[in-house]
Amino acid sequence: MSTESLPILTSADFASDQDIRWCPGCGDYSILAQMKKVLPTLGIPREKTVFISGIGCSSRFPYYMNTYGMHSIHGRAPGFATGLKITNPDLSVWVITGDGDGLSIGGNHLMHAIRRNLDLNIILFNNRIYGLTKGQYSPTSPLGKITKSSPMGSIDNPLHPLSIAIGCEGAFVARSIDMNIKHLGQMLKRAAEHRGTSFVEVYQNCNVFNDGAYSWATSRETKADSTIVLEHGKPLIFGKDRNKGIRLNGMEPEVVELGKGVTEDDLLFHDEKSPEPSLAYLLSRMRHPEFPEPIGVFRAVDHPRYDDELNRQVETAREKQGQGDLNKLFHSGETWSVSS
Amino acid sequence: MSTTTEGTSGSAKQVFTIEGATVRLAGDSGDGMQLAGTQFTNTSALAGNDIATFPDYPAEIRAPRGTLAGVSGFQLHFSSDDIFTPGDKLNALVAMNPAALKTNLADLEPNGILIVNVDAFDKKGLSLAHYDENPLETDELDGYNLIKVNMTTLTREAVKDLGLNTRVADRCRNFFAMGLLYWLYGRSTDVTLRFIDAKFGAKPDVAEANRRTLLAGRNYGETTEALPSSYHIDAAKLTPGTYRNMTGNQALAWGVMAAAECSGKELFLGSYPITPASDILHELSKFKNFGVRTFQAEDEIAAVTSAIGASFGGAMAITTSSGPGIALKGEAMGLAMILELPLLIINIQRGGPSTGLPTKTEQSDLLQAMFGRNGECPIPIISASSPADCFDTAIEAWRIAVRFMTPVIILSDGYIANGAEPWRIPDVSDLPKIEITHPTGDDADTFHPYSRDEHLARPWAIPGTPGLMHRIGGLEKQDITGDVCYDPDNHQHMTDLRAKKVANIANDIPLQDVNGPEKGDLLVLGWGGTFGACTTAVERCRAEGLSVAHAHLRYLNPFPANLAELMGRYNKVLIPELNMGQLRFLIRATFLVDAAGLNKVKGKPFAVSEIADEIKRLLA
Ligand code: SF4
Repeated sequence: MSTESLPILTSADFASDQDIRWCPGCGDYSILAQMKKVLPTLGIPREKTVFISGIGCSSRFPYYMNTYGMHSIHGRAPGFATGLKITNPDLSVWVITGDGDGLSIGGNHLMHAIRRNLDLNIILFNNRIYGLTKGQYSPTSPLGKITKSSPMGSIDNPLHPLSIAIGCEGAFVARSIDMNIKHLGQMLKRAAEHRGTSFVEVYQNCNVFNDGAYSWATSRETKADSTIVLEHGKPLIFGKDRNKGIRLNGMEPEVVELGKGVTEDDLLFHDEKSPEPSLAYLLSRMRHPEFPEPIGVFRAVDHPRYDDELNRQVETAREKQGQGDLNKLFHSGETWSVSS
Repeated sequence: MSTTTEGTSGSAKQVFTIEGATVRLAGDSGDGMQLAGTQFTNTSALAGNDIATFPDYPAEIRAPRGTLAGVSGFQLHFSSDDIFTPGDKLNALVAMNPAALKTNLADLEPNGILIVNVDAFDKKGLSLAHYDENPLETDELDGYNLIKVNMTTLTREAVKDLGLNTRVADRCRNFFAMGLLYWLYGRSTDVTLRFIDAKFGAKPDVAEANRRTLLAGRNYGETTEALPSSYHIDAAKLTPGTYRNMTGNQALAWGVMAAAECSGKELFLGSYPITPASDILHELSKFKNFGVRTFQAEDEIAAVTSAIGASFGGAMAITTSSGPGIALKGEAMGLAMILELPLLIINIQRGGPSTGLPTKTEQSDLLQAMFGRNGECPIPIISASSPADCFDTAIEAWRIAVRFMTPVIILSDGYIANGAEPWRIPDVSDLPKIEITHPTGDDADTFHPYSRDEHLARPWAIPGTPGLMHRIGGLEKQDITGDVCYDPDNHQHMTDLRAKKVANIANDIPLQDVNGPEKGDLLVLGWGGTFGACTTAVERCRAEGLSVAHAHLRYLNPFPANLAELMGRYNKVLIPELNMGQLRFLIRATFLVDAAGLNKVKGKPFAVSEIADEIKRLLA
């Protein structure tokens, strides 16, 4: 064995030579910066890392990474990633998508990628707007949202990425926020380390077409009261003074104040490893402003992975039948000879 | 025709030696006609005959029993001579019920043998087939050699002490029909008896029932006075070698596996079920021990995109579908083209537009293959002309795909996909080697993802290779570097380059050959599944003294380099196609040749006579 240790890579080693073309101030920059910071810590060489994206602002991401990458077509990144991962199981494959790309045109592929649970990391940048096409409402835009294509307000009932992911049997489901860089870095790292499809929703500010969509979750004054950080095995406590919590009332969550007869033990304890997704789903339904919105790992369980299973079938078939022999196959079954 | 009075098994019936025959089994889709046809085919092939088949079945899995919509047929042409088509006119028809009689009788030649299952001609059966009167009791069938058989009764009798319920017993009727045909054409029952053992071994009573019914059918032929004679067909003089029967879809599946082996690759198939292409998915999913990975995707788009992802990763990647699915894949095919990654896109054409006629054949996706994408997006197209030819077509398509770093479309159709013919088994070591080189880390200093070799192909650098990290995508890219580039001149340049790369394939494929005189009055120019009908029609016309030749195109984009010159050697060009003139459109547009068309979209292949008649009309 070689005694040479792996070269120590830095964030700069993961930057490509391309000019970044996102609008100044876009939340995408922060996600890119965190990704470049996290990748060197994973011990995976750059050439073994592949970013695949669809179409949209977020999908320009692969161009800025000094790894392998494919900027594919709208909504279809999970398909490319699936074929690549099946045939190259030792690659670390990331899918970069957005709310329009992943949930509208590509909803079908996202759903099936998540349920198949290949070892992929899917990062969905949710800015609740179509940025690249200049500001139409997206499937995550709230009702009433006034945009170029909804001048009287959107009447499209929005959907919620994590509820979808959990409904699709997602085994690793997490959320973070572009501005919360430390937390974002942690989530990306955990996503990378989880084996199976990791789905991470990132609240991302589009400062040009939907500025402030998440200001409640990012501004110094409100964020502590309007978000709640999930930690495995810990009670759900939040608030600037850490004096509020989430308690279950029957099947429904409710916000309670600690003290006045309510103790930490009365609160809901987070269990990301619960085999049943009910708790994770309940958390995914907690919405601002009625509730603090959870960030962190909602669910992290081990499920069979399609890529492993398929390659195992290949191995089993080889063990049982031997490596395929075309000559033998061609002559199997009924044949006949014609002599001259 | 020669005669002998020695029966096949000692009976005193006459045996006539004939060159060949065309026989169709027709019945309800639940009657097992496809199984019977396949067995008859295998048996005839093993008897050394040349064969061609035409299975024809309804789109519904089980249309209501006994109805006209539910009729399923299997046509087999076997011969001691070289044959290319499943035959125009039937010499014999087996009709298992009134609906089958009604829908198939028109194809039976005058005085042809007509075997009917009389038991099915009851009031209900007749009314389901919209017969006011029982045709067996009128003079409607006077012009045929009608053989009435109580097939249901005889089948039940044959299995009566096996304790099967009548539903199960009646399902053996197809074996009775087979047995009768085997006697009529002097066939051995061995192949089918072996098949019964293999297929029904786990259910001994069903196996025994089928066995008995098959033999009962044969014995019935032997003893019935309605059939005074049987036929013998000599073995065909095929090129020496070992043969097996192949359908087009199986040949494509084995062809892509062979291409993978010839190029040292493992095969990835991304596919979504669709008639008539699904059998390729079924076939390939069996061969995991060959390293074949099949992925049944959530839709047609994921099927092709997964294949492109696998190709990016260095696998031999293919996707299989039919016209409607190809329409959905269009955008991704455009991406594969601009990414310049090798990929096989296999289209088993069926009747269109839209859902069209899923189980019927047509050649109407040629222009879709040629133009069905946004932007300037040339993709090479290659077509298969017969079931066995599918094997070679697959290997050739992959050779082109990797040499030129391009997706390649293979056009097959429902007729050759499901039809069968003898395939001479090649030795794998004789198959052409397909050289592929991938740049390595040593090339890192000079590597550019969009640099080009002498074929204008770019390097196929695989993720995982150190030092060659690069990004590709659907945006226009700068020449050589592959970086995103919106420069107007660069876009023109890249568009020209991609077009030239595909056009240059013409220098890498064989010149078009022609069957018949080097020059003359008429050239029949065909492509794809019409090969057999065109060949036979042209040979027939030439035998009658007409000056007519036949060229059959495998390469549809680009065309062979000599095609213009070749067409120029004939006074007229006739293009028969199972569409409304798609190749003709391309030939006229490309070469300004005023070709005539013979066009039909009836869900059926050409009859030889249709083409022969048109040749004669044009030369009259
Ligand atoms: S449009 Fe919005 S999402 Fe797109 S780059 Fe600009 S700020 Fe970012």
